[in-house]
Amino acid sequence: MKATREAYGETLVELGRERPEIVVLDADLSSSTMTSKFAKEFPERFFNFGIAEANMMGAAAGLARSGKVPFASTFAVFASGRAYDQVRQSIAYPGFNVKITASHGGLTVGPDGASHQALEDIALMRVIPGMTVIVPADAEETRQVVRWAAAHDGPVYIRLGRSPVPDVFPQGAPIQPGKASIVKDAKGRGFEAMGPAGTRDGLDADVAILANGIMVSKCLEAWEILAAEGITSVVVDVAFVKPLDEKTLLELADRCGAFVTAEEHSVIGGLGGAVTEFLSENRPCPVVRVGVRDKFGQSGTPEELLTEYGLTAEKVAQAARKALSLKRPDLRTRM
Amino acid sequence: MGQDGKCESIRQTQRSEKAEEIRRVCREVRKNVVAMIGAAGSGHPGGSLSCVEIVSTLYFGVMRVNPEDPNWPDRDRFILSKGHAAPTLYAVLAEKGFFPKELLPTLRKFGSPLQGHPDAKKTPGVEVSTGSLGQGLSMAVGMALAGKLDRRGYRVWALLGDGECQEGQVWEAAMAASHYKLDNLAAFIDFNGLQIDGRVEEIMNPSPLADKWRAFGWCVLEVDGHDVDALLEAASCASESRGAPTAIIAKTVKGKGVSFMEGQREWHGKAPTGEELSRALEEVGRA
Ligand SMILES: Cc1ncc(C[n+]2csc(CCOP(=O)(O)OP(=O)(O)O)c2C)c(N)n1
Ligand SMILES: [Mg+2]
Repeated sequence: MKATREAYGETLVELGRERPEIVVLDADLSSSTMTSKFAKEFPERFFNFGIAEANMMGAAAGLARSGKVPFASTFAVFASGRAYDQVRQSIAYPGFNVKITASHGGLTVGPDGASHQALEDIALMRVIPGMTVIVPADAEETRQVVRWAAAHDGPVYIRLGRSPVPDVFPQGAPIQPGKASIVKDAKGRGFEAMGPAGTRDGLDADVAILANGIMVSKCLEAWEILAAEGITSVVVDVAFVKPLDEKTLLELADRCGAFVTAEEHSVIGGLGGAVTEFLSENRPCPVVRVGVRDKFGQSGTPEELLTEYGLTAEKVAQAARKALSLKRPDLRTRM
Repeated sequence: MGQDGKCESIRQTQRSEKAEEIRRVCREVRKNVVAMIGAAGSGHPGGSLSCVEIVSTLYFGVMRVNPEDPNWPDRDRFILSKGHAAPTLYAVLAEKGFFPKELLPTLRKFGSPLQGHPDAKKTPGVEVSTGSLGQGLSMAVGMALAGKLDRRGYRVWALLGDGECQEGQVWEAAMAASHYKLDNLAAFIDFNGLQIDGRVEEIMNPSPLADKWRAFGWCVLEVDGHDVDALLEAASCASESRGAPTAIIAKTVKGKGVSFMEGQREWHGKAPTGEELSRALEEVGRA
């Protein structure tokens, strides 16, 4: 168990030691986004802009244009909302190499309530041309995608969480950033057994469950619920909401023919939106989305909120049953 | 004229009785704020405690409001732009009778109308939803403009943090307020010198703050933000201003009233627990 923002803070320090061109920007939240670790070790390469997110994003653009590799951090609501136009106009339009690493995404922010719960950030960032959008599931995946982002040339948005999350990937797991990871196949084999080029026979299932962020581990629980009912599923971690791993989606469409998506975000415009858009144009098949149904959040404990908004293993299982029932009858072979 | 230093002292004796009552309210509010945040297990004690006198003075000594009819069109408006000080606003609204005090311990709990940051849809007496810093003054400008348009006599009061003044939107609003000669608008700045990452002047120095507001066309008053008499004086000064909005820079102590929180940045966004909570409650109860 570890929060993804913690893994981010640690990885930034490693990157800072390796690459002098890495600079870090924050907007008075460095102790929450964990950029404070970098600030402590590299004070001359850390810039606190105060409570001024728009200015921070603009300055990040200027730093990138001058050969630096800026990581700009604040809460996800402010990174994607308060500074949206600066991200679009100053960073993405000229294609500058800025990494926006936003913490406290989603409902699990908890008691601070709706003003602080980003449920639209993935949609907002995904719609910007050229922006890569990543939602890692755990600490290990965070480490790897942050390193990937530092090496990638172009704007990237990485969404992190406040609360500790269970480990999905073992340390050093051969994740291929950009590719969807099969974290549990129909035969119950985990990521390690599958490997990057692993055997594909476990991908023949009744339904494919795609998830990112905190929902990946909930979907692993849903796998068990479904298995007990004789429904086979594949749980896939789709950290890269953009660009999507289209090849894997097509393969799963052919092998499973029905999908569930699950994310700590609005059902509009995020992972569910991206997957339905792609499949409806290329391999139409049922997709049932688990996410927040066009609502603002509210105060509560993370668990209370996840239950209230239907982000639970049981709701994922229910969505899987619905996806199966929507499958064309001739494809419901395993039912 | 609410020009610097030209403020005359008004009806001193009547005032001090009022001030005595407000000080009683402040003691009550402070107790409730500590108890609420303690019960919630999270929240922002530092910035809530620094503005107790400001908010209590406005509601109990300055503003015309009607708790029976929170949307009374002629009411004076209060905008808590630094929304994380919600516990203070809630405690004052409850004291004023907008909703039962029994609700206070539900702060930040699932299903409570008392959200972590003010929610205008859920809480009677809360004018607008805030929490994302830097936006309140613009909404106050809109309300002041509407008051002028409708020829209503109400006044609009906003409260901002000193760190919050780093947001560019604050200065866009400041410019608009003087451009439109909004003398029915005043903004308190809770000048406690701290934000989350450290001292305001070290993180992103906004000083000279008074000169900035003046340069944006505002009348500026500087007061001790824990001195109720001075706050009453400043508010009446602002109310008499003609042709320009007034900024009241209130020098405060973050965490005021709880010795171990005073001036300590780590108490910005952390709830006291166990022994700390009992000590805090004892200190604010004794005051
Ligand atoms: C736009 C925005 N950015 C960041 C935050 C997170 N945040 C909450 S309180 C705070 C510090 C506020 O400092 P200040 O305005 O001085 O308030 P006070 O000291 O009175 O608590 C920050 C950065 C926020 N709520 N809104
Ligand atoms: Mg402050």
